[in-house]
Amino acid sequence: MSVITLSVNGKEVAIPEGASLLEATRAAGVEIPLLCHLDGLEPVGACRLCLVEVEGSNRLMPACTTAASEGMAIHTHTHQLLDYRRMAVELFFAEGNHVCAFCVANGNCELQNVAVQVGMDHSRFPYQYPQRVVDASHPLFAIDHNRCILCTRCVRVCDEIEGAHVWDVGSRGSHCHIVAGLDQPWGEVEACTNCGKCVDVCPTGAIFHKEDTTAEKLRHSDRPALLKAARDEHVWRNQ
Amino acid sequence: MSSSGSTTPARQLRCCGASGCRSAGSEELQAALEAARDAAGHTAQELAIKPVGCLRLCGRGPLVACDGPGGTTLYGAVPPTEAGALIEAARNDDHGSGDNGNDILQASRLDAQLPFFALQSSVVLEGCGQVDPESIDDAIAFGTYSQLRRCLHELTPEEVREQVKLSGLRGRGGGGYPTGLKWDTVALQPPGPRYVVCNADEGDPGAFMDRSVLESDPHRLLEGLAIAAYAVGADRGYVYVRAEYPLAVERLRKALQQARRAGLLGNGIDGTSFALTIEVRVGAGAYVCGEETALLQSIQGQRGMPRPRPPYPAQSGLWGAPTLINNVETIAAVPVILREGGDWYAAMGTAGSKGTKVFALSGAVTNTGLVEVPMGTTLRSVVEVIGGGVPDGTPIKAVQTGGPSGGCIPAELLDTPVDYESLMELGSMMGSGGMVVMGETTSMPEVARHFMRFSVNESCGKCVPCRAGTVQLAQLLDRFVERRASPADMAKLDALCRMVKATSLCGLGQSAPNPVLSTLRYFRHEYEAACRQPALCEQP
Repeated sequence: MSVITLSVNGKEVAIPEGASLLEATRAAGVEIPLLCHLDGLEPVGACRLCLVEVEGSNRLMPACTTAASEGMAIHTHTHQLLDYRRMAVELFFAEGNHVCAFCVANGNCELQNVAVQVGMDHSRFPYQYPQRVVDASHPLFAIDHNRCILCTRCVRVCDEIEGAHVWDVGSRGSHCHIVAGLDQPWGEVEACTNCGKCVDVCPTGAIFHKEDTTAEKLRHSDRPALLKAARDEHVWRNQ
Repeated sequence: MSSSGSTTPARQLRCCGASGCRSAGSEELQAALEAARDAAGHTAQELAIKPVGCLRLCGRGPLVACDGPGGTTLYGAVPPTEAGALIEAARNDDHGSGDNGNDILQASRLDAQLPFFALQSSVVLEGCGQVDPESIDDAIAFGTYSQLRRCLHELTPEEVREQVKLSGLRGRGGGGYPTGLKWDTVALQPPGPRYVVCNADEGDPGAFMDRSVLESDPHRLLEGLAIAAYAVGADRGYVYVRAEYPLAVERLRKALQQARRAGLLGNGIDGTSFALTIEVRVGAGAYVCGEETALLQSIQGQRGMPRPRPPYPAQSGLWGAPTLINNVETIAAVPVILREGGDWYAAMGTAGSKGTKVFALSGAVTNTGLVEVPMGTTLRSVVEVIGGGVPDGTPIKAVQTGGPSGGCIPAELLDTPVDYESLMELGSMMGSGGMVVMGETTSMPEVARHFMRFSVNESCGKCVPCRAGTVQLAQLLDRFVERRASPADMAKLDALCRMVKATSLCGLGQSAPNPVLSTLRYFRHEYEAACRQPALCEQP
């Protein structure tokens, strides 16, 4: 395996060739906020929180989808990036209906964590209070679209790991929403295997176990990575 | 079909049948002309009536060009009731030169010396208005497909790419990426399947250049695409056309069918081993599918959403294979470049932007239509000399170029030459070529809001800056249009525009703030005046 070296915030790191900029930041011990990315799933670069500055390029690059190359110099926490990240988190909060006080994921929510991470204590942009629905037609789980941030982790885990492709995205722009099956009630989708992987990966309280009430949702976002390693590399947790 | 193309009759009437003139009643006019000719007892050999594509001055449609021994005379807005008079005029070569007292065609006759016609140089549009778009025989008689044949028999793919590189041609879809370099990148990928794609998903408001090429000269596009496929080693191609262009889709499909029958597409083209299959794919109403990665997704039958680049389609495009994707105008320029040579093309234009560019001129302008001028022509000569300025003679306030991705250029900067870099410096962009002229009465915050609402509706929703940011921007602009903004809104507008521009995933989001940023730059006083306490908004 050949190795490349690059610098992250001035610190030199060595990572395997073909690795992403995200892996470079991890090697440097730098933490950048992530919402759509989840280890084990194909990166999509949608939440724009992991954008980094690359010296010599006038475009910001998403760390999750950009391949690292030899000699790159990247910066992850410039003033401008901090500013943009905070604004992006404000936009996330303003576009949905995120009411932590009675959310299943309160205290265990990645959106909440990211807000703390970027120092967002209020949104300067007015809340949109969109009209969204809750689909509780599935016997075990439910999806509350009010809390959805459209990270598409559920779409990807169901397609890539479970192979059922129950989820997809419907409509466009601010009307985008996650659809089950052919835009049916979740409980009527025969392709659903009731595996619950979408619940595991959902960063917020949008997809949850029906038995969980306020602040009771547990996170298992490491599962796709474990499953992927098990399949691709035949590495099991009990080995 | 009135013309087989083999012998051009001494006198003919060319009737524009592109969308603009069709909506002005060109079909009725053509039928009336045919009836009037028959009634007058003339044969088609004496006086041919030929359906053609765009004759440029769309705002005066339906347009008819009369060719006779004395040259060509153009008529515009001819009512079908005057068909008889027009037939007589064409038959007798009497186009108002004599002092004919009862010259009822006087009002319809257009002056060929108008700067609108005289200052144009036809390269991409050379066949528009000349050939019958539904007849491959006519296209071949005009010279179409001769360059494809020449490439296949006489030139290697490297030599073809060399000419394109020499020409300095850059992508006409708006990005301005050097075409030859893109072709090389695709051609030099490791062996394996390759695709060529023509992006005909022209969606900018005020842009209708590509539609005119598709409707007027579809065979030229197919020839260009086949040459491109030969140059990069592709054997499959797609033309992705938006569904809102039904006539373009119809003519393109017809052209494909004719080309296949004529052996100019398919296996063993023109007796060589070169094979190419081209398919038409029709869009489903999403503006974002004009973005190349979203377009490729759509061709593959998936939801049209952009993905981060790199990898660029030239490395990994359709089904992961190297894919060449070029805009209609870029591809339509290729046959001429090969015919006349790359040097010839590069002699036109400026140092960085070679050749000609087609613009669709609309808005508050006297001559609405299609304009092809060399790069580097000033905006002023396009909108004031060729376009004739604002119809009521009042001054121009601004020119919007590049649609929702571009910006408004104020009147005092009209002497800027039109090329990629100059427009970019002004905070606008070439875009695909839509040019909307605005008069004194236009409110700039309203213009900005109009385009922002467009972006709100057309955002695919994948990334948050574009999905949620454009919504917030449109609401902020509402406050300015309704004159209830505050100084804090000004700061917010500025900050959010910069964030959306810098962090959006694809070109749509990255350029969505341009109409706001450019109007803030040149017409800041209008935003300030819209604040409840304008004095507070003024910068120190």
